Amino acid sequence: MVEKSNNLSDQELDATLNLLRQAPIITPEADIQKMAVFNAMQEFDKKNSAPHQGKSPLLRLIHTVQTVCETINGAGNMKKSHLLAGAMGAAFLAFAFLNPTIFSSLHDNITSQPQQPAASQLQVAEMGSAQTSVAQNKPAKTMQLADNIINEKKADIGGAVSDVKKEKDAAKPAESSDAFAGKSVEAIAPSLPQTLAPAAPSVQTRQEAAKTSMRADIAVNNNRVAGMIAPIDAPINAPINDSSPAYHHANGQDKFEHIQSNPVKSVKAEPVSTFSVDVDSSSYSFMRAALNNNMLPQKDAVRIEEMVNYFPYDYAVPDNKNEPFKPSIAIFPAPWNKEKLVLHIGIKGYQLQQTEKPHSNLVFLIDTSGSMNEPNKLPLLKNSLKLLLESLQPEDSVAIVTYAGNAGTALEPTKVKDKTKILSTLDNLGAGGSTAGAEGIRQAYQLAEQNFDRNGVNRVILATDGDFNVGITNQNELKSFIERKRDSGVFLSVLGFGQGNYNDALMQTLAQNGNGNAAYIDNLNEARKLLIEEASATLFPIAKDVKIQLEFNPAHIAEYRLIGYENRLLQREDFNNDKVDAGEIGAGHAVTALYELTPVGSKEKLIDDLRYQSSNNAAPKVEKDIAEKDAASEYGFLKIRYKLPNEDSSHLISTPIAAKQQYKDVAETPTDIRFATAVAAFGQLLRADPYTKNFTHDDVIKLAESGKGSDNYGYRAEFINLVRLAKTAPALPTQE
Amino acid sequence: MTENSQLIQAAINGNRAAFQQLLEEYYPVIYRMAYRYTGNKSDAEDIAQDICLKLVHKLGSFKGNGRFSTWLYSLVMNRCRDSDKSRRSHRALEQNYTEIEKHEQENQKDSNRKIAWLYRHISQLEPALKETALLVLTEELSHGEAARILGCAESTISWRMLKIREYLKERLV
Repeated sequence: MVEKSNNLSDQELDATLNLLRQAPIITPEADIQKMAVFNAMQEFDKKNSAPHQGKSPLLRLIHTVQTVCETINGAGNMKKSHLLAGAMGAAFLAFAFLNPTIFSSLHDNITSQPQQPAASQLQVAEMGSAQTSVAQNKPAKTMQLADNIINEKKADIGGAVSDVKKEKDAAKPAESSDAFAGKSVEAIAPSLPQTLAPAAPSVQTRQEAAKTSMRADIAVNNNRVAGMIAPIDAPINAPINDSSPAYHHANGQDKFEHIQSNPVKSVKAEPVSTFSVDVDSSSYSFMRAALNNNMLPQKDAVRIEEMVNYFPYDYAVPDNKNEPFKPSIAIFPAPWNKEKLVLHIGIKGYQLQQTEKPHSNLVFLIDTSGSMNEPNKLPLLKNSLKLLLESLQPEDSVAIVTYAGNAGTALEPTKVKDKTKILSTLDNLGAGGSTAGAEGIRQAYQLAEQNFDRNGVNRVILATDGDFNVGITNQNELKSFIERKRDSGVFLSVLGFGQGNYNDALMQTLAQNGNGNAAYIDNLNEARKLLIEEASATLFPIAKDVKIQLEFNPAHIAEYRLIGYENRLLQREDFNNDKVDAGEIGAGHAVTALYELTPVGSKEKLIDDLRYQSSNNAAPKVEKDIAEKDAASEYGFLKIRYKLPNEDSSHLISTPIAAKQQYKDVAETPTDIRFATAVAAFGQLLRADPYTKNFTHDDVIKLAESGKGSDNYGYRAEFINLVRLAKTAPALPTQE
Repeated sequence: MTENSQLIQAAINGNRAAFQQLLEEYYPVIYRMAYRYTGNKSDAEDIAQDICLKLVHKLGSFKGNGRFSTWLYSLVMNRCRDSDKSRRSHRALEQNYTEIEKHEQENQKDSNRKIAWLYRHISQLEPALKETALLVLTEELSHGEAARILGCAESTISWRMLKIREYLKERLV
C-alpha cells in the first residue's frame, strides 16, 4: 500500500480503530427482547405442536369435516351447507373411527376438482394471502388449504384412536407459511369447548377466520410494535378489531356508570378539592376499540383521567422508596380558553430496580363461560397471560382458577420456573372439564391466602368480559366480599376483554374496592403494554390509598374545575381519615390531574361574587397557617396522603403551588404536559363538555403533535390517529 | 462468549427450555450485530426479532462443526444485507449510530463521537467491505473466522482489510 503524505499514518489509524474496542455496547431493550423471545417461542410451539396443544382432536375433526363439506357443497348453497354440516360432521365422525381411509378418498375427490373451490374457502384463502402478502394464486392456495386440513385430520384420527399418541410428522403442516390460512382456522378451534353442538363451531370458526382479515387494518393503526407481532403470530394473537356485525352477540349492552362532569366551583364557597388517584386505563382502551369500530364511545365510557393516565410520562421521580413519589406542578393558559389557566399536577411513582422486585404470588381467576368464546376474549386472554408470565421471575408463583357454571382450580400454585406446566394449563383452558368446587372468587382468594407471601405481592387477577357468575351472584355481596378480603393483604386486578357485553361499571367497582386496578385489553399490543412494559406498575404497588387534596387561594383563583376523576371524588374530611379507601400507585406509574382555573379578574368568571360577603373575607383564613409573604404569592396548596403497601397509617406530602410555576404559554411547557392537556381536551370533546369552547379536533391534533416527544412505542401517534377517526365517527345509536 | 455446546445441542433436539435459554443468551449478540450493521435501534430490533423466528426453523441446519456464533453471524449478516438494500438510500447518514454518539459512558463524549463517525464511514462501504470491516474491526474476529462467515478465502479478507484501511485513512483528518 502506498502511503500518501497528507493521510494518516498506520499508527494513527490503528489508534483510531482501537477506539472501536472501547465503543459503548448498545444493549437491547429488555421489553423488546422479551417480546422477541416470546414470539419465537410461540413459533417454536407451533412448529413442534406439543401434545398438550393438540387439544381436542374430536372438535377439530368436526369442523374440518364441515369445511370439507362446504367445499363439496359449493358456493351456491351456503345456508344449507351449514345445516348439513352438523349432521354430516357427526356422520363423518362416526365413520372416521370406523374407517380412516375414507378421508383419503375424500381428499382425492377434492383434488380432482380444483376448478371449483367453494366461495367460503376462497374467502379464507384470500384473507390468508392478504396478511402474508405471499404472491400465490388463489385456487392453488385453496387446495393447499384443503390438503393441509386433510393431512391434519388424518393425524387427528390417529390421535383420537390412540389417545393423543401423536404421529408428530403427520400432524405437522407441510410449510408454515403455505399453511398459514389453514392454520388460522385450526389454531382457533381448541378454544371452543368440546361441549358445543356440532353445528356451532362451523359458524363460529368461519367467522373467526374472517376476523383475521382485520389484522391488516390494525397494522396500519398500530405502531411498529404491532407490526412486529403481526407477521409471526397465529391470528388468534392478532389484535382484533371487532367490526363484523355478525360477531356482536350482544351489541350495545356494555354497561357504564353514569358520569356527570365536574362543575365549575367557586373558590370562596368551596376552597378545597379532594379526590383519590386513579391509575386505571380501561376507559382509553375501550374508547380506542370503539373508534376503531368507527363509532364514538358512549359518553359514560369516557373517563378523562383514565385517558390521560394511559400514557407514560417522564415526571421527576424520587430517589428512594421511602418517599414513593413527588409531585411536579405547572400552570399555563388553557389552550381552549385564553381567560383560564390549567393547573397540571404530575406524580410519578418510584421505579423499582430489578433486584428490588418482590416475589409475586398470583392467582388467575379466569372466566371460561360461553360468552368468552370469541377471538378477542379467551384466546387473547390466554396470550395476554402468557405475556405476563414472561415478566415474572422463576420463584414467583401462579395458580389458575376458572369459573363458568362451576368453579375449579385448574392449577395449584406453581412456580414460574415450571413454565411448561403453567403454559399447558393455560392452553387447555376452554376445553371444558373444570371440576365443581367452591365458587371461583372464594377459591381464588383462598389460594392466594394459602400461598401468602408476607414480603411479596399477593394478587388475584380476574380476567373476564364482565359476566360475573363468579359464584357470589349478588353484586353487593360480591363487593363486600372483596372489600373484606382487602384487609387480608391480597390485591385485586381486573382485566376486561371483549365488547358488546362488557360490564365496565362492575369491573370498576370491584377493582376500586379490592385495592386494585382495572384495565381493558382489546389487543395483544395492549396486553404487551400492560403486562410487559408496565408489568412492575401493574404488579407492584408502591403506595396505596393515595389521596390528593388541593386548597386554592381566593386571592388569586376565583374558580376551579377538576377535569375528570368524577367517580373518584372524596369528601374533604375523608382526606385525613385513614379508613377511607383510595387508589393505589404501582412502581413507575404516572398519575396526572388537571384543573381548569379561573384567575381573579378573568372576564370568563362563571360564578358571580356574593353580594353580602366582602371579597377579602376568605383570604385571611388561608393565611393563618402559612407565613404571610409566601401565601400571598401562592395559587394554592397541594397535599398528598398515601400509605406504604403494608402499612395502615398514612404519610403526608405537601407543597405550595406558586405563581412562579406559571408558564406564559402552553407552547413553553414540557412535551409531556402539552400532550396530557391535548388528551384531556379530547376527552372533554368526546364527553361534549361545554367548557372547551371552540377548541376543535384539529386543535387537539396540533397540540398533541407538538407534545409527541420521542414516543418510543408509538402510543401518542396512535392517539393522534384516534382523534382523526373521532372527527368523522358517528355516535352510538341511543340505547335502552 | 464461551459456547455451551450442550445447550445448543439440546435446543437443536427440540428441548423447549434449552431453546428459550439459547434465544435469551444470544439475543443481545444478535441485536448488537444488527445494530452495528444498520446503525439504528428499530431496524436492529426488527432484524433481531426476525432472526429469533428464523432460528426456530433453521437451528436444525447448524451442523455442529464449527462455532455456533460463526454460524449465527452468517445468518445475521445475510438478514442485514437483505434489509440494507432497501433502506440504504432513505435515511440520512447522520441519523444513524446516534445511540453510540449519545451513549453515557465514562468515556469522553469526544471518543464516542469519533466512534460513531467511524461507524458511519464503515456503513458507507460497499457491502462486502462493510461486512468485513464489521466482523474484523468491531466483532474482533480473526481473518479466518470472517472468511468462514462471509464464505470467501482468508486472503480475500486480508486484501479487503487493506482497502478498508486505505479508505478510512483518506477520510480521517
